[in-house]
Amino acid sequence: MTGVTLNQAIKRYGETQVIHGVDLQVDDGEFCVFVGPSGCGKSTLLRMIAGLEETSEGKINIGARDVTHMDPSERGVAMVFQTYALYPHMTVKENMGFGLKMNGHPKADIDAKVKAASDVLKLDDYLHRKPAALSGGQRQRVAIGRAIVRGPEVFLFDEPLSNLDAELRVEMRVEIARLHKEIGATMIYVTHDQVEAMTLADKIVVLRAGHIEQVGAPLELYRNPDNRFVAGFIGSPAMNFLDGVVTEGGIDVPGLGRTIAVEAALPAQGTPVTLGVRPEHLEVQMGQGALQAELSEALGGVSYLHLDTPTGERLIVEERGDDRAAAGDTVDVTFEARRAMVFDRESGSRIR
Amino acid sequence: MSPLVQGMLTIVIGVGGCVGYFYLSNLILDKIIFPAKGDNPGININRANLVRPWLFLFPAMAALGLYLVYPVVGSFWRSLYNRSGDDFIGFGNYQTMFADQGFQVALFNNFLWVLIVPAGATFLGLLVAQLTDRLKWGNIAKSLIFMPMAISFVGASLIWKFVYANNSDIGLINALRDFFGASEPLDVLQVQFWNNFFLMIILIWIQTGFAMVILSAALRGIPEETVEAAIIDGANPFQVFFKIKVPQIMGTIVVVWTTITILVLKVFDIVYTMTGGNFGTEILPSYMMSYMFRDDGRATAVAFVIMIIVLPVMIWNIRQARAEMR
Repeated sequence: MTGVTLNQAIKRYGETQVIHGVDLQVDDGEFCVFVGPSGCGKSTLLRMIAGLEETSEGKINIGARDVTHMDPSERGVAMVFQTYALYPHMTVKENMGFGLKMNGHPKADIDAKVKAASDVLKLDDYLHRKPAALSGGQRQRVAIGRAIVRGPEVFLFDEPLSNLDAELRVEMRVEIARLHKEIGATMIYVTHDQVEAMTLADKIVVLRAGHIEQVGAPLELYRNPDNRFVAGFIGSPAMNFLDGVVTEGGIDVPGLGRTIAVEAALPAQGTPVTLGVRPEHLEVQMGQGALQAELSEALGGVSYLHLDTPTGERLIVEERGDDRAAAGDTVDVTFEARRAMVFDRESGSRIR
Repeated sequence: MSPLVQGMLTIVIGVGGCVGYFYLSNLILDKIIFPAKGDNPGININRANLVRPWLFLFPAMAALGLYLVYPVVGSFWRSLYNRSGDDFIGFGNYQTMFADQGFQVALFNNFLWVLIVPAGATFLGLLVAQLTDRLKWGNIAKSLIFMPMAISFVGASLIWKFVYANNSDIGLINALRDFFGASEPLDVLQVQFWNNFFLMIILIWIQTGFAMVILSAALRGIPEETVEAAIIDGANPFQVFFKIKVPQIMGTIVVVWTTITILVLKVFDIVYTMTGGNFGTEILPSYMMSYMFRDDGRATAVAFVIMIIVLPVMIWNIRQARAEMR
């Protein structure tokens, strides 16, 4: 059992507190992804688990061991950095074997493990090159290889694909997913890219300003967000939000000019709320309504139609099919009542 | 004429001269030597363009030739003549020089200086740079260590004369000896062989600041992640320093090392001020100075020997510095 458990973990820099009592359970063999906007503390949290940042308060366990105040090397973790962090003066082989060498493993043992890792990552041909002679994708593979060679209980990834170009990123993403399946170790992965989060994760942790907003499986977060922040953060293009007020028989939404019936236990009439609907759940009705089509982004299979409401709010609609609206059209949108989510306008929390 | 007007005039003449030179030389090239007309204008244009770079290079090459190449060749030529410059004596100066025991001592001492001063200054500079890197008061410490750089070699030597003074009320060394019960003060500068090292300490004291500043900047340039990766890999602070940090700044260390080596081969003031080359402390530059107005022009021969010794270090230094810039 080598999951990772955080218990009221707090991080302070002097007076400023950046991580506010995080509780989290990452199970053995799970692929857990931290997402959030920049500055939300996701990297700090990862570095606290790695031991590169001291934990000010609270407890961190890896498996049954309390590692809160252990040295990074004693925690049984390996980390892959965004900038690869390869040692520029060492060959690929030396880079990968450095950790074992520092821990006094015999040379034959190191060689065997480096060989095994380079087989998995197809690095055999590059073992005697220095990092400067490798491409970005190869460097990141070496960095991952260095982590594998150490045989850690927990892998930590700090935005490992951000420095790669789009094509390589997709390739490496698949490779990391394959690796997780093969090795089966616990992995914690920090990213701001929600595609990576959605595709890789068993469990996504959405962070904002040092708090956990929601933890759950990717589709669960997508379908059933706890609050407006998670609803807006997961999904691309983001969920549409329209202001409304609870009224008799639903929510009066000025932006749409009508009252919307929803499947939620609404609070007292007159309460200000926010209505949320995902772009793919909106249906364009041509030749009616008061929504001004400002722009249509045609991506081929889908088009994203940007609409202005009379109240100045904006809507994005995902259109499929042959008959798509164009810029300048005046249209209306409809959706099923069960697709609409209601959020408290003050606190942003979901009203179910 | 007021200095202001003189200055202005100089600028006008200088800049005007440059502009005039480039304009006129190009004009002559394009209109008179290879005009773009006549039988074969195309070939003429190509020829003019082959010559043009040399027009631009010529002033710099002429200046360098006059102030750098000519003196080297001239010194060598002069070293083959006697003192008055009338009689060609071949390698006579070199023969007397190599036969002179004083020269052999100076050469050996200089060898020691080259071995010890760059190593000492670079090592201490690296040590200070690393130790003060994360300290709050690190910058104050660095400023203090850098300060000797601002003192002239003669000034520094005078300060150290007090440290080495043959009097337990003035000299730090003799005060310490007195404290530990020595009855008579000792002139450390007269202790044969070891006095060389006392002189070297002065230059190390001066140059540590230089090494520290450059190496400190180099240490800051090391990607933090490589250090963190090494920490996670289980390297202890010494291993992080020697196996991760030092190899990454090796190029800079070489530049610092060779720069100080070149300096060591030129320093004469310290020896001149402290001992005047007596008590077996002569090094090549001070030996050269002592023969400046004596003998059959031996000083030029010494100068040439120094240049030959400096040359390979210089080439290595420039190569490394260029590689660092890339």
